[in-house]
Amino acid sequence: MSFIPVLLATDVLIWLLVAAAAACCWYCMRHDHLAAPWARVFRSPAAVGSTVVLAAYLLVGLADSVHFRPALASKDPKATAAYAVDVQSLLDVLLAHLRERTEKTYSAPLATRSFAKEQIERADGKVERDFPRLRYGGAHLTDEGARAGDVAVKALAGLAAAAAIWVLAAVALRPLRRRSPGVPWGAALIALAAILAVAGPAFWLSASYHVLGTDKVGQDVLYLALKSIRTSIVIGTVTTLVLLPLGVALGIMAGYFKGWVDDAIQYLYTTLNSIPGVLLIAAAVLMMQVYIDTHAEMFPTAAQRADLRLLFLCIILGLTSWTGLARLLRGESLKLSELEYIQAAHAFGVSGVRVLSRHILPNVAHIVIITLVLDFSGFVLTEAVLSYIGVGVDPSTTSFGTMINAARLEMAREPMVWWSLAAAFMFMLVLVLAANLLADAVRDGFDPRVRIGATGHSPAGKGSDAIAGAVK
Amino acid sequence: MLAYILRRTLYAIPILVGVNLITFLLFFVVNTPDDMARMQLGSKRVTQEAIDKWKAEYGYDRPLLWNDKVAGVEKATRTIFFEKSVKLFAFSFGASEADKRDIAGEIKTRMWPSLALAIPVFLVGLAVNITFALLLAFFRATYVDFSGVVLCVVMMSISSLFYIIGGQYLVSKLWHLVPISGYDVGLDAAKFLVLPVVIGVISSFGSSSRLYRTLFVEEMGKDYVRTARAKGLAETTVLFRHVLKNALIPILTGVVAVIPSLFLGSLIAESFFGIPGLGSYTIDAIQAQDFAVVRVMVFMGSVLYIVGLLMTDISYTLVDPRIRLQ
Repeated sequence: MSFIPVLLATDVLIWLLVAAAAACCWYCMRHDHLAAPWARVFRSPAAVGSTVVLAAYLLVGLADSVHFRPALASKDPKATAAYAVDVQSLLDVLLAHLRERTEKTYSAPLATRSFAKEQIERADGKVERDFPRLRYGGAHLTDEGARAGDVAVKALAGLAAAAAIWVLAAVALRPLRRRSPGVPWGAALIALAAILAVAGPAFWLSASYHVLGTDKVGQDVLYLALKSIRTSIVIGTVTTLVLLPLGVALGIMAGYFKGWVDDAIQYLYTTLNSIPGVLLIAAAVLMMQVYIDTHAEMFPTAAQRADLRLLFLCIILGLTSWTGLARLLRGESLKLSELEYIQAAHAFGVSGVRVLSRHILPNVAHIVIITLVLDFSGFVLTEAVLSYIGVGVDPSTTSFGTMINAARLEMAREPMVWWSLAAAFMFMLVLVLAANLLADAVRDGFDPRVRIGATGHSPAGKGSDAIAGAVK
Repeated sequence: MLAYILRRTLYAIPILVGVNLITFLLFFVVNTPDDMARMQLGSKRVTQEAIDKWKAEYGYDRPLLWNDKVAGVEKATRTIFFEKSVKLFAFSFGASEADKRDIAGEIKTRMWPSLALAIPVFLVGLAVNITFALLLAFFRATYVDFSGVVLCVVMMSISSLFYIIGGQYLVSKLWHLVPISGYDVGLDAAKFLVLPVVIGVISSFGSSSRLYRTLFVEEMGKDYVRTARAKGLAETTVLFRHVLKNALIPILTGVVAVIPSLFLGSLIAESFFGIPGLGSYTIDAIQAQDFAVVRVMVFMGSVLYIVGLLMTDISYTLVDPRIRLQ
């Protein structure tokens, strides 16, 4: 099958981030003093387990970040290839059976019949209202009574396959276990077992059922949930690309140069902070919507428009949330700049920029890392709220926020359509919980003494910063 | 003290000017009033006359910053910047663009439902979180403490949207204890407010309790606590008489900052529960793309934030005599 690759802006950024993270990993591994805190982090079973879970999410997200437009099948071999308008990702290809099998409307998880009654014409010409059979869900069954048995058999087969993969993974881990015995590999294997125990049966069953049901327009909910993962990961990571340079540069400059630089930077972040975050984001997104509407010609495909909106949301989130990091770094570099080794550097005539990059930056790196990991889960949760208000991602982008927003109206149905809400809930809870657990371990591992409460997310965090400003 | 407050109040002015400039840039420079008119009027094929009429009606038919067509002071005042941004300083908010009602009047009536929800959430939440954190600190390094912290981490990993949706489903739809949404004046409002208050407390429970527990445990490692134990005080006395008082300083000064913002209400809870407060007003304005209201709410939000900062500084000197304001 031929195709042309499509480079979405967020794809490029996410792969760049992966490359940068890999480079950092490699660099840290070669330097003992950099590897030591990470070794402390990964002595905690919770951290190892949640890393495995996050890696699984990341894998799905990355598979969903390779986009292309497949060639349309044409009968004439000499004709120039025409390419489909809709952009697909690697994940779409892997889950083609989920993507293409859409029903008419709602259906419950593992159901064989639709959720809503319809007029059905029988073979003998009589018309009656009944729940119609689904086009794909359980279509292979001639006797619907056999569904429970069929589901059980397929789930067991999936479990068996998962167990086989798990044993393979356990064997593959053995050399690693021997090399670094301090790491609780058991936790990794338990997390892997949990993931496989859920994913194996789900994958096996998804070939012939809608494991998590279908939504209003008949799309498979499992597919939607898996597609949402990329949106969450983009929001959680690309945002840091904006936040990091601003927060780090302005934070350490304010603390180190003091004087008018400090005043200007403090003014900047107090001003930005004083605007209620959600409102600032809402205002910026509204303005962007007007811009996109009036410049429709700039966006050739719907996917590109949606992607640009996602990128813009990341930029806005980054622009509004660098203040927390900058404030922490300002305080820390104020303290550092009074220490002897910095004064020694001054005495040797080292330039300001070099002091900042060689002496201050490495000594505040732990704060940066802790804040980044802590912020990830915050951004994932924020996206859901923003999408609910209608100022989040493009309505055509699948995300947990849009899923929840759609499910809200389903609450009122009788009986309730609970599965898409439950799916969004579980996928989000596992992601955020894993990120929070890892963040805790990172915080303990990197600096057991420094307590960085809730950076900027809780009112108390903001308050204590205000105190710092007053005490100064 | 008075001089300090005065100086801090004066310091707020450049910040408000900055906020105003940012909102002005966002609302009028990124997109011209023409774009906004097109957006408001809906369809793609709007005539220029319709746009001009809309602009004249809402006062956007002026130059942005400088009006050459009139004389004297009016060169600066008959502009969009003066009319729409500078006037906010005088708390003259104008009318909303969607239904042409007076914004200041709306704020005055909608403030009360917001407060009726926000104040109970704030007070009950504070009491519950501090009590729970104190409990965990008392049982620190035991299974009680561990499972409490796990509970907090799990609870802070759940989006507040789920608490609201789940609470509405269980309490209102399944058990029929309280109405799903709505509001009433006077004491009748209570039955509408119970569920939102409980859910508001629950959704802030995880992160706040954990933070407070950290503060308590940190305080318990200090020397004066060891002294108190060494002289034979019971653990409960140590906890309540010494640790609680000292750990309350960062907690209370921290929460003082959010008190003024209580006026603005909660965006999500109010719109879910149909409470006619400022939060749902803002959400409606965002969804109707009513820029006049959004602009006013941004301005109000920053004013209240600055008041909160000032109150934090003052409260800090009141509870901690070591701090002197210069």
